[in-house]
Amino acid sequence: MGRRWLVVGAIALVAGVLVWLMFIALPRRYGATAAKAVSAAPANAPAPPAGRKIKARLFYVAEDGTRLTGVEREIAYGEGTVAQANEIVAAQIAPVAEPFVSAVPPGTTLRALFISDRGDAYVDFSRDMIAAHPGGSTTELLTVYTIVNALTENLPAVHAVQLLVDGKEVDTIAGHVDLRRPLEKNLTWIQ
Amino acid sequence: MKARSLPLFSAVISVIVLLGLGAALSSQPAPPPSLTMLTKDGRRSMTIALVGDQEFVALDDLASTFGLAVQESLGAITVSYKGRTIVLTPDQSLASVSGRLISLPAPLSRNGRRWLVPVEFISRALGPIYDARLELRKPSHLLLIGDVRVPRIMVRYDALSASSARLTVDATPAANSTVTQDNQRLTIKFDVDALDLPNPPLAPQGAQSLVQDVRALDQTSLSVDLGPRFAGFRSATQPVDTTMRLTIDVLSAQPTETTPSTPAAPQPPSPPELPPAFGMPVSPIRTIAIDAGHGGDDEGARGAQGTKEKDLTLAVARRAKGIIEARLGIRVLLTRDDDRNVPLDERTAIANNNKADLFLSLHVNASLRKSATGASIFYAAFDRGSPPAEAPGGVERLPTFGGGLRDIELVPWDLAQTRHVDQSTAFANVLREQLGNRVPLAPRAVDSAALRVLESANMPAVLIELGYLTNGDQEKLLAGDGFQTNFVQALYDAVVRFRDALAAGGTQ
Repeated sequence: MGRRWLVVGAIALVAGVLVWLMFIALPRRYGATAAKAVSAAPANAPAPPAGRKIKARLFYVAEDGTRLTGVEREIAYGEGTVAQANEIVAAQIAPVAEPFVSAVPPGTTLRALFISDRGDAYVDFSRDMIAAHPGGSTTELLTVYTIVNALTENLPAVHAVQLLVDGKEVDTIAGHVDLRRPLEKNLTWIQ
Repeated sequence: MKARSLPLFSAVISVIVLLGLGAALSSQPAPPPSLTMLTKDGRRSMTIALVGDQEFVALDDLASTFGLAVQESLGAITVSYKGRTIVLTPDQSLASVSGRLISLPAPLSRNGRRWLVPVEFISRALGPIYDARLELRKPSHLLLIGDVRVPRIMVRYDALSASSARLTVDATPAANSTVTQDNQRLTIKFDVDALDLPNPPLAPQGAQSLVQDVRALDQTSLSVDLGPRFAGFRSATQPVDTTMRLTIDVLSAQPTETTPSTPAAPQPPSPPELPPAFGMPVSPIRTIAIDAGHGGDDEGARGAQGTKEKDLTLAVARRAKGIIEARLGIRVLLTRDDDRNVPLDERTAIANNNKADLFLSLHVNASLRKSATGASIFYAAFDRGSPPAEAPGGVERLPTFGGGLRDIELVPWDLAQTRHVDQSTAFANVLREQLGNRVPLAPRAVDSAALRVLESANMPAVLIELGYLTNGDQEKLLAGDGFQTNFVQALYDAVVRFRDALAAGGTQ
């Protein structure tokens, strides 16, 4: 009989240790890892409130509608050129309050961003970039140079920018501006 | 011929051809027609007899005219000419011509003692055995004998604007002509033996019309009677297939917004006569391509009142074509003349393939700010992103068809414009000057940009934004007649100045 109780006790002990391991110890350990991963997540995730900020020059449609005007803004810091480029584009295409007007069609989202060894940035936007565009050569130029200038002005490593839509190269956004090649910074379009 | 009487004319012709003279008589209350025979030596006429709807001629008339021998025996009629024979049988519409059967629209018919044959007998039966060419023009009752040049003449009159009109005279087969002015009359003299004219050549025009009447002056000339407002004309000829097309642009003395170089100088219609276009030096601008932006499912920009960019661009392109072709005699190609989507490369290709000397792309702007207004002009810009600059103008030695080598100038499609940017800039500036006080301009009216449709154009090229559809006032303005007239006039004046500057080597 004594031996039988010993076996039962040992099984109960092993079960208890297993329960502790499964429900307390392991979740604690891996939960912490997961949380760490979140903090190192892609740079276009919402910046933590206490996160580091940098100043960047963003571009909006000027009062007369025919040029861009540069505005100094605080945006989230990104570690490295690609991460910082992501932050700049995210801030540039975010909805903006009056009196500013963005030349990037509302609803446009950033799908991906790459930078080549030559310093050409490829910025891939959602379909809204084309679908929600009001048209006109001037506005199309302002849309394109909002992105081109935001990246080339704030990031010395970026020399030229090519806009992509839905992961593909496009001829134009609204039928005017040639987007088949990366475009360089062009301050003509800035007031 | 006036556009609305053209269908009527065609209908009359069709009736004559299909139903015969019975129907024609109702529209031509003239005496019974006769057949006019034209030879090198002159003209003769032969009586036509009508049986039902069919036109007949007397066999003995033909016999005396063409030297035929007619014999009647055993119920058949034998017509012989230099040993060749035609055998006809009464009540049969088939005939044997040198042993071959041909058909006629009706059997031969007897009128008293005379035999009548359908007029088609001349071309179908007599033609194959006769020495000289016989050409029967049934609608105009003409029979051409031998090598005579008698073109069919078609006259069309189009009022292009209040101050200009165009007379188009087509001669088929092609024949040369000269136009001379004698006070209020132009004479078109054709280098031919006779004219095959509709009757009348042109439906009567109103008293206010620049051209009042076109009539036959003699066998080989037409007279164009001009209205009191006539001030000048310009003529040009162009072969179209087998037709020679003579275009006479007639301009009124009414003062219009014209430049000094416009031929319609507001002076009394007395001599000196304006020189016709034939003898003039070759213009540096002979063809212009005008591109009406967007189209089809690509509507382009759109105004709050629903005005669409694609419709405005087409309307203005058509107006510009009318004025430039009429007044300058420059060929104007439209990259689209209806509501359809044309790919950007195709638009430029139309200009390149037709060797246009100027490419004008018309667009209407849009802005996210309602305050944006005014027209702007763009020429192409190329930056570092473009392939190497040495590529354009490069020469490569390539084998040619049939052997040998030839230096071929290679211009990458996307960079064709690089060689013309200076002239494009020059034209943009001339256009800005001309648009100046006639239409509202944007704050910076001339800009350069990487515009897709301009880059492949292998000639001076600009893109013009007429104004902003996103501005309520501008939307109304742009759709209006006044703006479009002013804009097109400015464009016309810019083309004239640019042409003159090119001719003088000024923009080289």
